[in-house]
Amino acid sequence: MAFPHRPDAPELPDFSMLKRLARDQLIYLLEQLPGKKDLFIEADLMSPLDRIANVSILKQHEVDKLYKVENKPALSSNEQLCFLVRPRIKNMRYIANLVNADKLAGRTRKYKVIFSPQKFYACEMVLEEEGIYGDVSCDEWAFSLLPLDVDLLSMELPEFFRDYFLEGDQRWINTVAQALHLLSTLYGSFPNCYGIGRCAKMSYELWRKLEEEEDGETKGRRPEIGHIFLLDRDVDFVTALCSQVVYEGLVDDTFRIKCGSVDFGPEVTSSDKSLKVLLNAEDKVFNEIRNEHFSNVFGFLSQKARNLQAQYDRRRGMDIKQMKNFVSQELKGLKQEHRLLSLHIGACESIMKKKTKQDFQELIKTEHALLEGFNIRESTSYIEEHIDRQVSPIESLRLMCLLSITENGLIPKDYRSLKTQYLQSYGPDHLLTFSNLRRAGLLTEQAPGDTLTAVESKVSKLVTDKAAGKITDAFSSLAKRSNFRAISKKLNLIPRVDGEYDLKVPRDMAYVFSGAYVPLSCRIVEQVLERRSWQGLDEVVRLLNCSEFAFTDMTKDDKASSESLRLILVVFLGGCTFSEVSALRFLGREKGYRFIFLTTAVTNSARLMEAMSEVKA
Amino acid sequence: MDCYTANWNPLGDSAFYRKYELYSMDWDLKEELRDCLVAAAPYGGPIALLRNPWRKEKTASMRPVLDIYSASGMPLASLLWKSGPVVSLGWSAEEELLCVQEDGAVLVYGLHGDFRRHFSMGNEVLQNRVLDARIFHTEFGSGVAILTGAHRFTLSANVGDLKLRRMPEVPGLQSAPSCWTTLCQDRVAQILLAVGPDLYLLDHAACSAVTPPGLAPGVSSFLQMAVSFTYRHLALFTDTGYIWMGTASLKEKLCEFNCNIRAPPKQMVWCSRPRSKERAVVVAWERRLMVVGDAPESIQFVLDEDSYLVPELDGVRIFSRSTHEFLHEVPVASEEIFKIASMAPGALLLEAQKEYEKESQKADEYLREIQELGQLTQAVQQCIEAAGHEHQPDMQKSLLRAASFGKCFLDRFPPDSFVHMCQDLRVLNAVRDYHIGIPLTYRKYRYKQLTIQVLLDRLVLRRLYPLAIQICEYLRLPEVQGVSRILAHWACYKVQQKDVSDEDVARAINQKLGDTPGVSYSDIAARAYGCGRTELAIKLLEYEPRSGEQVPLLLKMKRSKLALSKAIESGDTDLVFTVLLHLKNELNRGDFFMTLRNQPMALSLYRQFCKHQELETLKDLYNQDDNHQELGSFHIRASYAAEERIEGRVAALQTAADAFYKAKNEFAAKATEDQMRLLRLQRRLEDELGGQFLDLSLHDTATTLILGGHNKRAEQLARDFRIPDKRLWWLKLTALADLEDWEELEKFSKSKKSPIGYLPFVEICMKQHNKYEAKKYASRVGPEQKVKALLLVGDVAQAADVAIEHRNEAELSLVLSHCTGATDGATADKIQRARAQAQKK
Repeated sequence: MAFPHRPDAPELPDFSMLKRLARDQLIYLLEQLPGKKDLFIEADLMSPLDRIANVSILKQHEVDKLYKVENKPALSSNEQLCFLVRPRIKNMRYIANLVNADKLAGRTRKYKVIFSPQKFYACEMVLEEEGIYGDVSCDEWAFSLLPLDVDLLSMELPEFFRDYFLEGDQRWINTVAQALHLLSTLYGSFPNCYGIGRCAKMSYELWRKLEEEEDGETKGRRPEIGHIFLLDRDVDFVTALCSQVVYEGLVDDTFRIKCGSVDFGPEVTSSDKSLKVLLNAEDKVFNEIRNEHFSNVFGFLSQKARNLQAQYDRRRGMDIKQMKNFVSQELKGLKQEHRLLSLHIGACESIMKKKTKQDFQELIKTEHALLEGFNIRESTSYIEEHIDRQVSPIESLRLMCLLSITENGLIPKDYRSLKTQYLQSYGPDHLLTFSNLRRAGLLTEQAPGDTLTAVESKVSKLVTDKAAGKITDAFSSLAKRSNFRAISKKLNLIPRVDGEYDLKVPRDMAYVFSGAYVPLSCRIVEQVLERRSWQGLDEVVRLLNCSEFAFTDMTKDDKASSESLRLILVVFLGGCTFSEVSALRFLGREKGYRFIFLTTAVTNSARLMEAMSEVKA
Repeated sequence: MDCYTANWNPLGDSAFYRKYELYSMDWDLKEELRDCLVAAAPYGGPIALLRNPWRKEKTASMRPVLDIYSASGMPLASLLWKSGPVVSLGWSAEEELLCVQEDGAVLVYGLHGDFRRHFSMGNEVLQNRVLDARIFHTEFGSGVAILTGAHRFTLSANVGDLKLRRMPEVPGLQSAPSCWTTLCQDRVAQILLAVGPDLYLLDHAACSAVTPPGLAPGVSSFLQMAVSFTYRHLALFTDTGYIWMGTASLKEKLCEFNCNIRAPPKQMVWCSRPRSKERAVVVAWERRLMVVGDAPESIQFVLDEDSYLVPELDGVRIFSRSTHEFLHEVPVASEEIFKIASMAPGALLLEAQKEYEKESQKADEYLREIQELGQLTQAVQQCIEAAGHEHQPDMQKSLLRAASFGKCFLDRFPPDSFVHMCQDLRVLNAVRDYHIGIPLTYRKYRYKQLTIQVLLDRLVLRRLYPLAIQICEYLRLPEVQGVSRILAHWACYKVQQKDVSDEDVARAINQKLGDTPGVSYSDIAARAYGCGRTELAIKLLEYEPRSGEQVPLLLKMKRSKLALSKAIESGDTDLVFTVLLHLKNELNRGDFFMTLRNQPMALSLYRQFCKHQELETLKDLYNQDDNHQELGSFHIRASYAAEERIEGRVAALQTAADAFYKAKNEFAAKATEDQMRLLRLQRRLEDELGGQFLDLSLHDTATTLILGGHNKRAEQLARDFRIPDKRLWWLKLTALADLEDWEELEKFSKSKKSPIGYLPFVEICMKQHNKYEAKKYASRVGPEQKVKALLLVGDVAQAADVAIEHRNEAELSLVLSHCTGATDGATADKIQRARAQAQKK
């Protein structure tokens, strides 16, 4: 099973360097506050931190106790407090409250705030407004890239999606540019750059600026990575909204993979304890099934179990010496494999149980119908029933969005009725969620007139300077038509199948969605790489309504080896799903490429919807 | 060539001193030097003359005039002295002219006579007037020492970081000391003064009498004292014509000399070379110059004119009205090569090369001689080194030629020293040029503080930009250190030319600077702004590629709006934020909001900030924009977050609904009104029935009612809120099944025809594991879903029958997939048979 890579597939660069760099920097920062100290860590940073420096490393550098930054007063008695936080105003308030409480009590302690991945002026402002700017020392921990796997780098910034695509806040773009700069410093600059989307373009431009400012040094390096492709999440919402059926994606949808590891509950481990399992290429069993369609996984696992049994069985008929050999060399590996195998079988069972309960087949059928664009009425009533039955607020919302995007917005009647139904089922506070979804272009109404273009032209008239282009861009993102149907036709996203799609031996990337749909994002990457430009894709770009760019640095291109030219860094701004990762891995195997993924965070439909939801405080 | 050593004068057995002309002076002085206050900067620096310093008349023609010349006598500046009487002049290490006035004020001028700043030496000095002043150089910078009319000393060791020190009183001092000087020992500046036969040393704390060891008897007063360039040595001239030379610490005597001239010398300075054992002092009288050292004889020169001595690191510069000369000890390498009848390897090599040029075979002989002694390397080195000490390019060339000739016969002679010497000499010759007038010696350039960077700075200071750039290019200095730095200086000078229009200046600067790396346009712009040329500054900023650099200056120039758009262009949100807060304080609220309105990026950034920190401002922002949609959302959010009481929440929702109406979003308005009604109702339900109703959704409210057995109320609710039938049926079905009220469920199912069909009834019953009830409903399921229903209740056989009856292939497969094991074997066969039959047809 599991398709092997072509023999000429390029080697991946060693990304563990990024971890070491981050660890050394953190240790340096901790040492800046000599002596015993308590460390307050923001919840979101705990898992990433754990991947970089575990508790014993922290203890080595005189971290006494660890606390979580939360809405509770801290009971630390240490004389030195260190805060490791994301640059958020909320955190600043927390710190300010703590410091001011100390002040009231007449207590003086040393405070140090470490911002990761960078500090924002607004945070310092808040510290100043709260009157504690002079009491704390601020530092930056430029930890922006966490290698989750050999080919997957995550910035672990889930808020990127909401901040940029909903609030229009561009502050993380600088962080992205810095991360790209770091990569190009370590692994050589990228000779070929492509991108689509406004954020991609801005990140790219900022990164170029950084490269230009830092002259010399990196220029002479042989590029290790031949291509970089930047992609905004809003170029392709559809793929992210679909239910995932590839094993890794399904595990993410069902159990939620957090920072590369997953908590398998008692129902999976078949014991009374939960187990935290790291899911990456090091897990041999997982590595073979992660990219597989779920329907194949069981078969594979049982085959594997049989093989394992056979290997165990070899014991019989061994003489003492062979047995000794077996115990000392193979047994440990077999046991490990055994353990992993039983875990994944447990996970599969658990997934099956959950999915059958929720009429998974029906759901998938509806999704496919939406993607292909037939039986819209039927799908709409399915969604309605879904809402009426209160199956799941997030799932219902997801289906509504999928319907809206594939259909270029809902027809006014459905738009109203579905929303009304939804509010009745899941509570009226979701009115705000709908306003968010509308703003992000995820759930819209088919408008007869284009009210937004009117605003747009008015504004462009008002402002004549350079920024005007950016404003119109901003508005066009609001007014975005998805044009999914037309794009799908142009790019042939719905494969025509004669007979059953063979999921065991997939022919194209559509296998990640049971052969029903080729992920749009991956198709764009494929097409551009094939042409090594956007040529001939003008119509698609126009339909996507995004600005695209391509740039080839001939001097560097000449220097790049043919091997590195088949190494491609794909940057997902706003998150990527495991299905997309699997699809591109498949493409890589087919074409002899290797893909490296850089994402602001690993996402899925539920995370996307949650980011848009307005939660009651 | 024969007379090359003609100007060499031996002092004792081991050293020669020579004096050669640097320049013939171009300055055409009318006055005698003695009528002027004179100050010359070390390291071949400029000369300042203050003419008529002592005239008190106020007539314009008689006013003192301050002239500044280069070392070659080229005029650099001339200005009429309009301030108070000057006591002393001196140059700082940065080549700034310090003019110490009688009232203790020190005026600082630039090389081109431009006034820089002034400072005062304190009140005490002001009251007692300045009697005498010295400018001195230490490793910390340039200091000023002042002797006041009250015979007290005040001193500042570094004028750049002015700290005044009043030195302790000298006991019993009634008149001015006969001579005094500043010393610098252990990084502390001290003052040594002579009163009659006594010497006193003043430091911060105390005044102590000192006696030089081995001083000849009979001294009744000291007429002159001199401290060496490096503060290591001290020379004292007594009224007996006796000169004592020793260490500045006064612990050791080096030598003494009696010149038998009792007249006080005009000047006395040290003339020594670093790392040389020879110590010599040059003493100047009106018409006589004497070099004395550790030798019974002295060297004597006659001075034709009034001359002035400038101590240098490795010799003494002597200038008069007509000439500028340099007197120094002949360096070892030169001595070895040029000494008469020298057989040193360098001398032989020089000779060999000359013969070679004459095509004489003697060249070979000489060369052999050196090689036989194995001294060729040494010979080459000597020639290279000697070339550095020569002033005349011809002589430099012949020495270098000899070195290059010698190199040919060496296998592995590292080329660096030769190459560097050639380069250095080219640079030195260039700056020594008459027009430039910086007579640097090789030693000063190479060995001491004066690096190439400093030299470039000095050229820039003299506005000799092209030469500086040529030097950089010649030496291939990295652009950032070299050319760009100079261009930046040039640009800063250029912006001060007020007679040129802004456009021309900006264009000229951009043409020259282009995109040279390391040039900061914002620095130049800052300079332009400093000169009051705001428009020019803005133009220059346009060329600055880094927006981050543009913004702070734009803010300073109060071009906040431009700053904002630049910040936005930069993509750096922090920068945008900085400008925003600046704008917020600068503009009134309305204008601020208007500015934001045109900048969506800034607006969203500010909104994000307000959302967390200033909610009220956020509301105002939406109000200002008439953004009723967002305003509505804002109030809804407020109704959840801020308000505890129902009344408050309803009120907030009412405001929100009004806003939605204004935004023409009737859907949202209606939804909000429904929410208000629901809230009120929930409140009533809680009051009347108890339990938890608040904040439930409509659906959940109805479910809770049914679960609580309030069926009537639930139906009322459904009517009031127009819950669609489908939903109501789902809702009731689920709730009743949860209650396991099968009786009521059956009643309900029969109340009218189900709008959702009967399959859900089957499903839900099965979920509650009630197969018995489920079967009841399975029979009522419509034909399309019948198979599914039957399979759900586990009646595979009947399902198969129905499927066969329907002749539906999909249904058949579905049933088949449910056939498990032996029990359903018969059914499976039946289906297969039916299939086969169907195919036959």
